[in-house]
Amino acid sequence: MVATLHVASRKGLLTFVPDGGGWRLDRTAFLGDPVTAVLPDGRDGALYAALNLGHFGVKLHRSDDGGTTWTELPAPAFPPADGGGDGQDGPSVSLIWTLAAGGTDRPGEIWAGTLPGGLFRSPDRGAGWSLVDGLWNRPERAEWFGGGYDLPGIHSICIDPRDSGRITVGVSCGGVWISDDGGTEWRLGGTGLRAAYMPPERAGDRGIQDPHRLVQCATAPDTVWCQHHNGIFRSADRGDTFTEITAAQPSAFGFAVAVHPRDPQTAWFVPAVKDECRVPVDGRLVVSRTRNGGASFDVLAGGLPQATTFDLVYRHALDVDADGRSLAMGTTTGNLWVADGGGERWTAVSTHLPPINQVAWAP
Amino acid sequence: MARVSFTGNLQRHLACPPAEAGGATVAAVLHAVFQGNPRLRSYVLDDQGRLRRHVNVFVNDRAVGDRRGLSDPVGDDDEVFVIQALSGG
Repeated sequence: MVATLHVASRKGLLTFVPDGGGWRLDRTAFLGDPVTAVLPDGRDGALYAALNLGHFGVKLHRSDDGGTTWTELPAPAFPPADGGGDGQDGPSVSLIWTLAAGGTDRPGEIWAGTLPGGLFRSPDRGAGWSLVDGLWNRPERAEWFGGGYDLPGIHSICIDPRDSGRITVGVSCGGVWISDDGGTEWRLGGTGLRAAYMPPERAGDRGIQDPHRLVQCATAPDTVWCQHHNGIFRSADRGDTFTEITAAQPSAFGFAVAVHPRDPQTAWFVPAVKDECRVPVDGRLVVSRTRNGGASFDVLAGGLPQATTFDLVYRHALDVDADGRSLAMGTTTGNLWVADGGGERWTAVSTHLPPINQVAWAP
Repeated sequence: MARVSFTGNLQRHLACPPAEAGGATVAAVLHAVFQGNPRLRSYVLDDQGRLRRHVNVFVNDRAVGDRRGLSDPVGDDDEVFVIQALSGG
């Protein structure tokens, strides 16, 4: 099967395919519109795209022919608020931050993480959505606050391949939440995470952590890697508890993380200068990789610019393919790279794209 | 029946030709239009039925005052314009 790379950008959904020894832009959808999330669903071949039209709100589209034609679906939306009779002070979805496919045992089930912190579930390929009340109604949510945006948001949804009722989600800033029953009951995970941006006595408060991104190993789903605002952490129990990883070079700050689908000890990060500066360390764009669970890291710079770079790879803009060999990353300055061989050598696909929100290999 | 028209920028996303719609308030007029074009609702109103932050509605030459309840009155000979605010950038 031909490798296909979907890029959700500030100016549309861009799809790249191999062309000779390089890559070419095969298709552009939603030209001019900010695409905030893309989901190629390997279960049925559907392709989902979430848009934020700014003036006209968040939208969701699905293609069943690989992106040739699209159908607009209802976007996740909060129900009318109780109390005032007209719901005038209730919440409204302002961003679809991430989309995730349910397990193979639940065909058609799709999840969406949003700002202002709502988790939504669709049982029918996006035809209808409902707010996951069990998480939204947790009293701890009152303590959540924005991280990256004014409002708190759910950016990571990890569905356990062994049992798709077991879900781990990441909230910026609201910690790591875990359900074992498909989203009815939730518990707060994240023991061991550390928030240096809080008063010292609250640094270990699990409910206000800022896990920039959570990823789960496909074949060893107890392993969850976390690129946190204050460092890199790894969990061996689906997110209940974490161990801080301090060996990363040249820094432990960043947004993105990808985990090898078959080796839970291998993960990739894109380090940056913490935390307001957010540029590559010393102007050198590199990827850091561990192959031993975080005991040590390789700094991978092959093919990447090593001077005067300002690239930042955002939460969803680093991805590894299903074989664990090909990686892709896109930056907020519109540069797109791919690498074979686990990241040893990177090739620029384009250096003049719009700001990139997400990259996703077609499964 | 009031006459309702929509910004061309909205018509880039979905068809919303000018329409005639009855109703005594902006809410009633818009909801009458949405009945025939259900997708249009979420482009103009947010999850709670409020006017989206960067959408403006004018009744003739007057911007609506009630962006939450859309209770501004509309007469049979009025024109309702749904436009995008420049505040969105």
